Amino acid sequence: MSGPKSIPSRALSEPRWVRFLLIGTALVFLGFFLFLPLVLVFHEAFKDGVAVYLAAIREPVALAAVRLTLLVAFIAVPINFLFGLAAAWAISKFRFRGKNMLITLIDLPFAVSPVISGVMFVLLFGAHGFFGPWLQSHDLRVIFAVPGIVLATMFVTSPMVARELIPLMQAQGSDEEEAALTLGASGWQTFFKVSLPKIRWGLLYGVVLCNARAMGEFGAVSVVSGHVRGLTNTMPLHIEILYNEYQFSAAFAVASLLALLALVTLAIKSAIEWRTGRR
Amino acid sequence: MALGFTLLYLGLMVMIPLSTVFLKTATMTWTAFWAAVSGPRALAAYRLSLGASLIAAAINVVFGLLVAWVLERYSFPGRRLIDAFVDLPFALPTAVAGIALATIYAKNGWVGRWLEPLGIQVAYTPLGVVVALTFIGLPFVVRTVQPVLTDLDPEVEEAAASLGAGRWQTFRRVILPELVPAATTGFVLAFARALGEYGSVIFIAGNMPMRSEITPLLIMIKLEQYDYAGATAIAMVFLIASFALLFLVNFLAWRRNRRLRAGEEAG
Repeated sequence: MSGPKSIPSRALSEPRWVRFLLIGTALVFLGFFLFLPLVLVFHEAFKDGVAVYLAAIREPVALAAVRLTLLVAFIAVPINFLFGLAAAWAISKFRFRGKNMLITLIDLPFAVSPVISGVMFVLLFGAHGFFGPWLQSHDLRVIFAVPGIVLATMFVTSPMVARELIPLMQAQGSDEEEAALTLGASGWQTFFKVSLPKIRWGLLYGVVLCNARAMGEFGAVSVVSGHVRGLTNTMPLHIEILYNEYQFSAAFAVASLLALLALVTLAIKSAIEWRTGRR
Repeated sequence: MALGFTLLYLGLMVMIPLSTVFLKTATMTWTAFWAAVSGPRALAAYRLSLGASLIAAAINVVFGLLVAWVLERYSFPGRRLIDAFVDLPFALPTAVAGIALATIYAKNGWVGRWLEPLGIQVAYTPLGVVVALTFIGLPFVVRTVQPVLTDLDPEVEEAAASLGAGRWQTFRRVILPELVPAATTGFVLAFARALGEYGSVIFIAGNMPMRSEITPLLIMIKLEQYDYAGATAIAMVFLIASFALLFLVNFLAWRRNRRLRAGEEAG
């Protein structure tokens, strides 16, 4: 079997004990940093029984927070979906100068601390901000109100869809679109029949991530919200208030809903990866 | 039209808000700016933010390489499930992570109660900040290194082995150098994310001025005290640092692509 020139197998892979040691260390690390927090959220949420859990979620203030979180995501995600699609389309199908600059610009909100994202909107629309006096004279409120929360969330999540689509569409090129156009298809026909089917999984992935971030955003929203219970509290802010009031079971009950959202997000992500054969 | 909409949206949603920080800073006198950004409390916050982020990113390089290696090279039950779970810190809202970690590492928490007799306090100390930042930066190195490990040509390792290299030698001299650029990118990404992080940190940090107060929290506190100029000045310092990191990441990616392309043309 093994000729004189064959390579001893121990030179191509690690000894058994090394493999076990590496796997073990990795699992212990992930266990402490990933699984423990996740398990703890559900453990603490149900610690005082299902009745307490349901009461915490059914509380009017909690329901208001859930509604506001859904509303914010409902506005921010579709707009960023359109933006991501337009941006990825512009970058992958056209040639122009400054393209790399534009990609950097799209990524920019990722590099900005969430708190600073909130500060920017306070400087724009706050009482002492650039548009503050004008808004006040027209009796409009942006900061410490829902519009500010939506704007801050939109800023923070704006790169999510674009980021997923740009590499995908750049890799696919535009040969098929050109073929469709040559065969007489209109621009919109080409888009819906040729381009969209090619990117639908990437698009879905981007939307799912964008949604998770929009519903879970904390820092930016915390700056602009003003924490008015039942009015400007999103779920993460509601969790903060409950936790700081030592209502731990209630805090973790609401947190468990967001943790569930995270698990669903991961499940969809894995399903998409499995479908598209990325792994 | 797509380009027009993209530019319009970026202008309205990104450029105008960002420019306010610069405009607001421009209205300050130099002495006022300097006093705001170089006070002892601000300096202590920078030190903690920088130090804790660097340590957390370094931990993530070591364990990120290990996790990526284990997930790509070995098969064991639950491997795919664990692979999917690595992205949890991206999907889990930071406030949820924050209260969970604070509870785990508190004195009577699941881990904290075992560390307490050893005299190690994690929650409400700078160490807690490192723990939170390690959690949120965890996926970056794993996800940048994994594709490189997949694409690594097995023949290179075989060549090294047939030339008499031991496994450790092959890893250190042949495999590791291939992973360094990706791991560096992952490190910078994790570091940049950690620097600006707020939600997961404030619950576990204890937030004591001069000791366990991170820079984003200091900005928040200044804002709550209506010290808009002070908050903006510190935000400005932080923005410049973040943008420098973003350009570094893009530069690293560009250089790696160029090297890859050069490699393809040569081979």
